[in-house]
Amino acid sequence: MIPIKPTKLTTFLILMLCIGTNAAVHQNEQGHYLSVSVQSMIDETVPYDTLWINGGYFFENNILITKPITIIGRQNPILDAGGQGQVLIIRSDDVTIEGLTLKGSATSNMTENAGIKIENARRVKIIANTLCDNFFGVYLANSVKCVVRDNIIRGGYERESNSGNGIHLWQCDSIEITNNVISEHRDAIYLEFVINSHVFGNHCEDNIRYGLHFMFSNNDQYRNNVFNNNGAGVAVMYSSRVEMTDNIFENNLGPSSFGILLKDITDSRITGNQLLKNTIGIRLEGTSRIEIARNNIEDNGWAVLITANCTDNDFENNTFRYNSFDVSTNGKLVLNTFDQNYWDKYEGYDLDRNGMGDVPFHPVSIFATVVSEVPEAIMLYRSFTQYLMDRAEKAIPSVTPENLVDHEPLMKPSVL
Amino acid sequence: MQVTIKIARYTLLDLLYNRVTLFYTLFLMGVSLVVFNLDDNVSKGILSLVNIILLIVPLVSIVFATIHMYNSAEFIELLLARPIQRTRILFGHFVGISTALSTAFLIGIGLPVLLYAPSATGITLIAAGWMLTLSFVSIAMLASVSTRDKARGIGIAILLWFLFTMIYDGFVLWILFAFNDYPLEKPVLVLTALNPVDLARIVLLLRIDISAFMGYTGALYKDYFGTAKGMIITTSVLLCWIIIPMLLAVRRFKSRDI
Amino acid sequence: MIRIRDLKKSFGKLQVLRGISLEMHAGQVVALIGPNASGKTTLLKCILGMVVPDSGVIEFGGKPVNKEVSYRKHIGYMPQIGRYPENMRVRQVVNMMTDLYPNGADMDTELAEAFYLQEMDQKFMRTLSGGSRQKVSAVLAFLFDVPVLILDEPTAGLDPVSAEVLRQKILREREKGKLIIISSHVLSELEGIATDILYIADGQVKTYQPIAELLKETGTNHTREAIIEIMNRHAGNH
Repeated sequence: MIPIKPTKLTTFLILMLCIGTNAAVHQNEQGHYLSVSVQSMIDETVPYDTLWINGGYFFENNILITKPITIIGRQNPILDAGGQGQVLIIRSDDVTIEGLTLKGSATSNMTENAGIKIENARRVKIIANTLCDNFFGVYLANSVKCVVRDNIIRGGYERESNSGNGIHLWQCDSIEITNNVISEHRDAIYLEFVINSHVFGNHCEDNIRYGLHFMFSNNDQYRNNVFNNNGAGVAVMYSSRVEMTDNIFENNLGPSSFGILLKDITDSRITGNQLLKNTIGIRLEGTSRIEIARNNIEDNGWAVLITANCTDNDFENNTFRYNSFDVSTNGKLVLNTFDQNYWDKYEGYDLDRNGMGDVPFHPVSIFATVVSEVPEAIMLYRSFTQYLMDRAEKAIPSVTPENLVDHEPLMKPSVL
Repeated sequence: MQVTIKIARYTLLDLLYNRVTLFYTLFLMGVSLVVFNLDDNVSKGILSLVNIILLIVPLVSIVFATIHMYNSAEFIELLLARPIQRTRILFGHFVGISTALSTAFLIGIGLPVLLYAPSATGITLIAAGWMLTLSFVSIAMLASVSTRDKARGIGIAILLWFLFTMIYDGFVLWILFAFNDYPLEKPVLVLTALNPVDLARIVLLLRIDISAFMGYTGALYKDYFGTAKGMIITTSVLLCWIIIPMLLAVRRFKSRDI
Repeated sequence: MIRIRDLKKSFGKLQVLRGISLEMHAGQVVALIGPNASGKTTLLKCILGMVVPDSGVIEFGGKPVNKEVSYRKHIGYMPQIGRYPENMRVRQVVNMMTDLYPNGADMDTELAEAFYLQEMDQKFMRTLSGGSRQKVSAVLAFLFDVPVLILDEPTAGLDPVSAEVLRQKILREREKGKLIIISSHVLSELEGIATDILYIADGQVKTYQPIAELLKETGTNHTREAIIEIMNRHAGNH
């Protein structure tokens, strides 16, 4: 439980009697009637107060916090904007919101209404709240050093056609987003112009578009997240120096769906991730200097799709298993390296017993090339015709890029 | 009907003593066991079995059934001199040969699959292989009544196997490239349904390569074959591949001189 | 019993039967003879429904046989070469043929006993010699007490003792007033059995008459000589 620790000045202990309407009556311990709204409770606090709310259902919107206070909810107090405006707006540094349920911010094409909106603030902490049926969940704009941790954020299916993002960051610095569970939003987590931030241990499932979406965001890390069954896993666009480590990307299925999409990004690392059962595992478009190492890429339709305008990307020590197609590309020009990966389709031998095959492996099959040109040809997959084509191409390469090759294919998977 | 079953029983009895049936069973079982034991991953084993089911099972079914029909020529002659309708004689043989080959298949592949991979994919694999066995026996019946000459009959059988497993796909590929500028999803769908091997293969792919089939046009096949309605259609088409060649064979056999 | 009218059959361009009309009755033993490829087996197969004629009518007991198969239960048939499921035992084959007979006519095990069939009861068909197979064929043909017997080269491959056993059996069946049709090249075996000669050549009936009449006509004492006489006569016409 949350320890009850009085702050410097006053502590309000609010006890709920009636539940369910905005005509609720609120009593204190001594039985004195106090405020009837969260806003008025907040108004009665002074900076650095802690406001405890024990249960209750508050039909209120646009609750404004402009001073550094802590609000702690117990026995699940519910703040419901009822589809009007936003629920909570924070325009102060050092605000902590913990243990509340916030719901019902308005869907709008004009304003980005959120369950919790944080504007121009520092050191705001959003901890262990439940946000449901909001247009946007937690929205941080122009803020620094904030924490969004342990929240459950669910969009709701009725908003599917017109849904906002679960956690939305715009122009932020040094934000920690950890251990949240986010579902049924457009993007689970969206970062635009965000730097030096961490996205750790989140669980993004059943979101309409992406599990995680970077735009113009540099020097960020995401680690230990699970991206399952979203429209697509993670899209990293127009960014630099992004670290992607130990995440799980699975079941991101659908036409042109993917585990990771990298578009015009540079100098980043993708290491130790599990890419399982995605239509496309990793899709690279116009990327440079990406290190892709020690990932387990398994059961995908296309393990790696890489466009010809990608340069200096390095695939190493990855495990490619049970993928329908390992690598597919759209040209003959290859300026990337693929050495020392494990490919389950490799049939070579290792006479010198150094753990690496003595014959190079060409991960692009002619059939993959054919399918990228004539998608309907997928119906011939695993047919004898395909087998013949791939054999013939292996003997006399003519269509597939000759220098997309693993010179030292591993005999055993380095990642399990 | 009773006579049909009797004939089927005698055909089966004959085939059970036949070493080829036994070898076939042992071969399938050996392959299954090797495949499942060699690789720790079951799905890779399933993949290897797909090739067996799409190539070997049709080949053995059609050639074995055709040869057996020619070997039974005198036995059929014997039956024809009796008051037994030709339809029943042919159906009896079909049921007998099918039962023998189905038993071989279900023991050789079905049993190991159920033991090592008792999944929906495994069940689909067994069902598809079994349907292919039946349809290629049916096609064999048609091949064997279409000519008297044993060598020619077996030649036709092997040719039909080539057609369904290889030539046809080459033809489809040619169409795909030749008419690349036109929307081809629907025609390809129809082309698939026309070949039992392709149909069985797609049904299996939708289990094994579902990730790939969620992308691009694959989704179309998934929507078409992957749904409950699709399963019913697929099964019906495969059933047609069992029934229609057999009915044509009966029609041919009825007016045929022995 | 059997009436054939204007029966025609060709295999491709080859006309095998060119309009055959004849009648056969109970009590007759018809010796069907003719040069090789004269259409003898085709005629028998037409009667048995194995070959579908191009035109013409075959009646069995007054009914046309083209669609109905049940008339065949009145016919015992011994093929020229009897091949059986290789992996079945003799006993199984006999049982099977009994089993496949839709209505239980009276069983006749006389020939089976005379051939000591039970001695090879448990042998597989594939191990049997040609003669032994022929015995099985004979036993199957005579297995039921039916009014019509069609025997295609019955003694080919049989040893003299067995041939004689079969011959005696045929004679006994003749006594019962059955219609027996025997196709044969071994003219001596027809001696004393056949009542009528049916000589077919070029798909046509050249001669069809009782032996007694024929012997008188040709002035010989033996069926064999009479047959050769006929054959020469027609060969001369070519």
